[in-house]
Amino acid sequence: MTFPILSVIIFSPIVAALIILLMPADRKTEIRVMALMTAAFALILSLWVYLNYDQTLAGYQFVEKYDWMPDFGISLHLGVDGISTPLLLLTGVVMFTGVIISWGIEDRPREFFAFLFLLASGVFGVFVALDLFMLFFFYEIAVFPMYLLIAIWGWVETREYAAMKLTLYLFIGSVIALLGALAMYFQSGLGTFDMLLLETANFSPEFQKIWFLPIFLGFAVLGGIWPFHNWSPDGHVAAPTAVSMFHAGVLMKLGAFAALRVGIMLLPLGAVFWAPLILMLATVNVVYGAFIAMIQTDLKYMIGFSSVSHMGLVMLGFATLTEQGMTGAGVQMFSHGVMTALFFAATGMVYDRAHTRQIPELGGMIKPLPWVGVAFIVGGLVSMGMPGFSGFVAEFPIFMGVWQVKPWVAILAVISIVITAAYIMLAIRRTFFGEMPKELEGHITPITAIDKVVLVLLSGLMIGLGMFPSIMVPMVQTGVQNVLRILGGA
Amino acid sequence: MFDTTMIMAILPEILMLILGLLVLVFDLIWKKRDGRDLGWLTAGGLLFILIVTAAIARPAESTLVFGGMIRYDMMSYVFKLLFIFGSMMTSFFMMDIEQLGKRGEAYILLLVATIGMSLMASSADLIMLYLAIETTSIPMYVLAGFMRDDEKSTEAGFKYLLFGAMSSTIMLYGFSLIFGFTGTTALTAITDFTLPLAVGIIFLMMVGIAFKISLAPLHFWAPDVYEGAPTPITGYLSTASKAAGFAVLLRLFLGLFPETSPYAPTWTMIMAVLATITMTLGNAVALSQTNIKRMLAYSSIAHAGYALVGVVSLSELGVGSVTFYLIAYVMTNLAAFGVIAAFSRVAGSDEISDYAGMSRRNPTLALVALVAFLSLTGMPPFGGFVAKVFVFAAAVKADMIWLAVIGVLNSIIGVYYYLTVLKVIYLHRMEGENEEAHPIPITRPYAIALTVLSFAILAIGIVFGPWFNIASSVAEGLF
Repeated sequence: MTFPILSVIIFSPIVAALIILLMPADRKTEIRVMALMTAAFALILSLWVYLNYDQTLAGYQFVEKYDWMPDFGISLHLGVDGISTPLLLLTGVVMFTGVIISWGIEDRPREFFAFLFLLASGVFGVFVALDLFMLFFFYEIAVFPMYLLIAIWGWVETREYAAMKLTLYLFIGSVIALLGALAMYFQSGLGTFDMLLLETANFSPEFQKIWFLPIFLGFAVLGGIWPFHNWSPDGHVAAPTAVSMFHAGVLMKLGAFAALRVGIMLLPLGAVFWAPLILMLATVNVVYGAFIAMIQTDLKYMIGFSSVSHMGLVMLGFATLTEQGMTGAGVQMFSHGVMTALFFAATGMVYDRAHTRQIPELGGMIKPLPWVGVAFIVGGLVSMGMPGFSGFVAEFPIFMGVWQVKPWVAILAVISIVITAAYIMLAIRRTFFGEMPKELEGHITPITAIDKVVLVLLSGLMIGLGMFPSIMVPMVQTGVQNVLRILGGA
Repeated sequence: MFDTTMIMAILPEILMLILGLLVLVFDLIWKKRDGRDLGWLTAGGLLFILIVTAAIARPAESTLVFGGMIRYDMMSYVFKLLFIFGSMMTSFFMMDIEQLGKRGEAYILLLVATIGMSLMASSADLIMLYLAIETTSIPMYVLAGFMRDDEKSTEAGFKYLLFGAMSSTIMLYGFSLIFGFTGTTALTAITDFTLPLAVGIIFLMMVGIAFKISLAPLHFWAPDVYEGAPTPITGYLSTASKAAGFAVLLRLFLGLFPETSPYAPTWTMIMAVLATITMTLGNAVALSQTNIKRMLAYSSIAHAGYALVGVVSLSELGVGSVTFYLIAYVMTNLAAFGVIAAFSRVAGSDEISDYAGMSRRNPTLALVALVAFLSLTGMPPFGGFVAKVFVFAAAVKADMIWLAVIGVLNSIIGVYYYLTVLKVIYLHRMEGENEEAHPIPITRPYAIALTVLSFAILAIGIVFGPWFNIASSVAEGLF
């Protein structure tokens, strides 16, 4: 009996949430310390999984399987492959940095951390679930705490609207995908929700064509696919910093990941049939997102739409159904997760001091906040896909993959890089350089040491991955080869 | 004459009758007492009955007893346990309500209603069934109108009486037609499922049942009665009483017109249409409610629609999923009404807007509300999620994907209004923002009952395997 590390990763945040809820509400410091310890624990475990994932063996590792409801073929079947392992690490990183960023929350921190950890449990669960029912179970757990987190602790102006919009969008997507999952369950005749068995179900081509779109798009709503992306920028803007980090950094990957795991891997023929459509939608995402981001004056809206654009690249990579494209998409999920987390962390630090996120009202922030400025620039370089940073490692293979399938789409999509460079550089110049507005002078206090930990950790990851792609790319490749094996067998 | 099977078949009813008499005697002879004594006696007695019934009254096989009047099978066993549990929770909620908790009659009426429901779930004869329904209904009419000083409560009782009497008469007419054509009232004796006028009979019987489980278009009484009745009674009415209606529905329709009957497609289609209308209407009207009891009334109408989706699929999975749905729903809605009772007892209001700041006035109560409302929404890890998945799974399996789609779309409407309540509880502030000055103390009976219910909701939602096995064992006796 080996140590059940994946279940420990999933359930430790829930247990911590319960413990936190039982602590007295006025012991805020103890609550925060407890939260930080939990997050550090999860980070260490996920890092351990990442380092011990055996790339030569590939396949699903750290597998655990417990019968949950044998009559229905539901089991708690967990395991990670080359695609989900980096995402596990990403969740650990974002959770840890998110807790640090939320240190200053004074309004009911007990409930805040409890809901945040419930969300984290759900996210971990989706990434490691190999059982379709459990995947939905965790998926929904990841969605609903978001409502409360945004509605209670979010930005006063739009939080009620944004939280409801987000929840409804995601819920609609997930229940529609759920119907597809039930259809698969009964159609297969295998009497199991185990995804590894369902992969072998050989659904008829008609069935796959009918159900692929509802399932893929149902999940891709959370991945921000056009035209269902509308909830995401509003959600990002309204959410408190840590939740934005979680939301853009991890949650959107959840959608893309589930769309891959359930949509493409279980219905490969459907994927082949609909790939051109997904390719089109994703291209719109990439280009349209970048254009909209360019005209934003609110920093958070800008990052929100840039997320839409970057998640479009992930979908684009998937839709190529080629090794390069999908590997790039896998790396992009990690890279973009870290990058947006960093962006939102940096923006949150600026906003906490300047009390505005309007780019025209900011300026000269580099002097009082050098760490934040540098981190933002690193994020910007990643976003533009500069060589030497993780963005390049991710985006270059995606474009290679797209070129193989449809060269003109690649040309269209590459335009987005130019636009991205434009809006990122504009934002950096206006926010961090130039003249600081008079009314802000003297109000910008330096950031604390733990804030620096966040910035250094996130920037370091992106530079590390950019310099040494071999720490992640081969691992993702092993996962992608498995997907291609399924597609090839189709 | 009497053997142990016969005793076991009605053991819970016998014990509840004894308990009722005890309460009656106790109420009369001991004048100097603390206000909650009768409540504790009822709740404790019901707990005892629950344990005894669960432990020794489990049927080994389906049998007919008392000359074919009573069926002793897993279905009656499971539903009886559910009713006893619901009744126990209700007596916890009743204890601290003014004008209700200190009066012996209230508990006796509750017990008699529960006896009636238990018989509803187990009767195998039309006459027995009708008697059981009336035994349930009459105490409920009185309980709904129990607050004599309160106009709304009186109106609720009277309205419930009029609608109830009317619909049960119509159902009785349907029964009489069955007797007229077949010459028997025993459900099991009717083996020829091609009755003359079958469609008419189906309609007549449907009226009675649709009233009990508040299906559209016979749902009109529900919001008014739910709003006016004392809150614990509303909780009972919306859970146990509805579950009893479903038990009758399953027994009657699967008994008279099973899958092999030529009328099976007819009545399932009627039910499917009713389910569609009920879900959509319940959810759509719930959106605009400002009173939380009315909102939950419409929500419970919608939930009846979801549960009906499982009935329509006419399969073992369907019956199992309906039963599972009812178990989860009973726990969840009892918790929701428990929170409302606890809140309005102190705050004196059922308006949703008055729930502002509740999470600061009592964080624990707010957490229970969160659990209950998210379970109603159908979010994991709470019972409501698994229940909905099973019901929709039954529909997909029966190739009624359109019905599952409608159900799913409806549950999205549900998300909106349930979350709106949670928003008010967690996000909005009281006027003056001095919530700390207005705490909502929770008395012990509420604390016990709400804790039990919260854990039950979680247990159903997480360890759903054993619960579903119990629920699907119900189906075995029917198919």
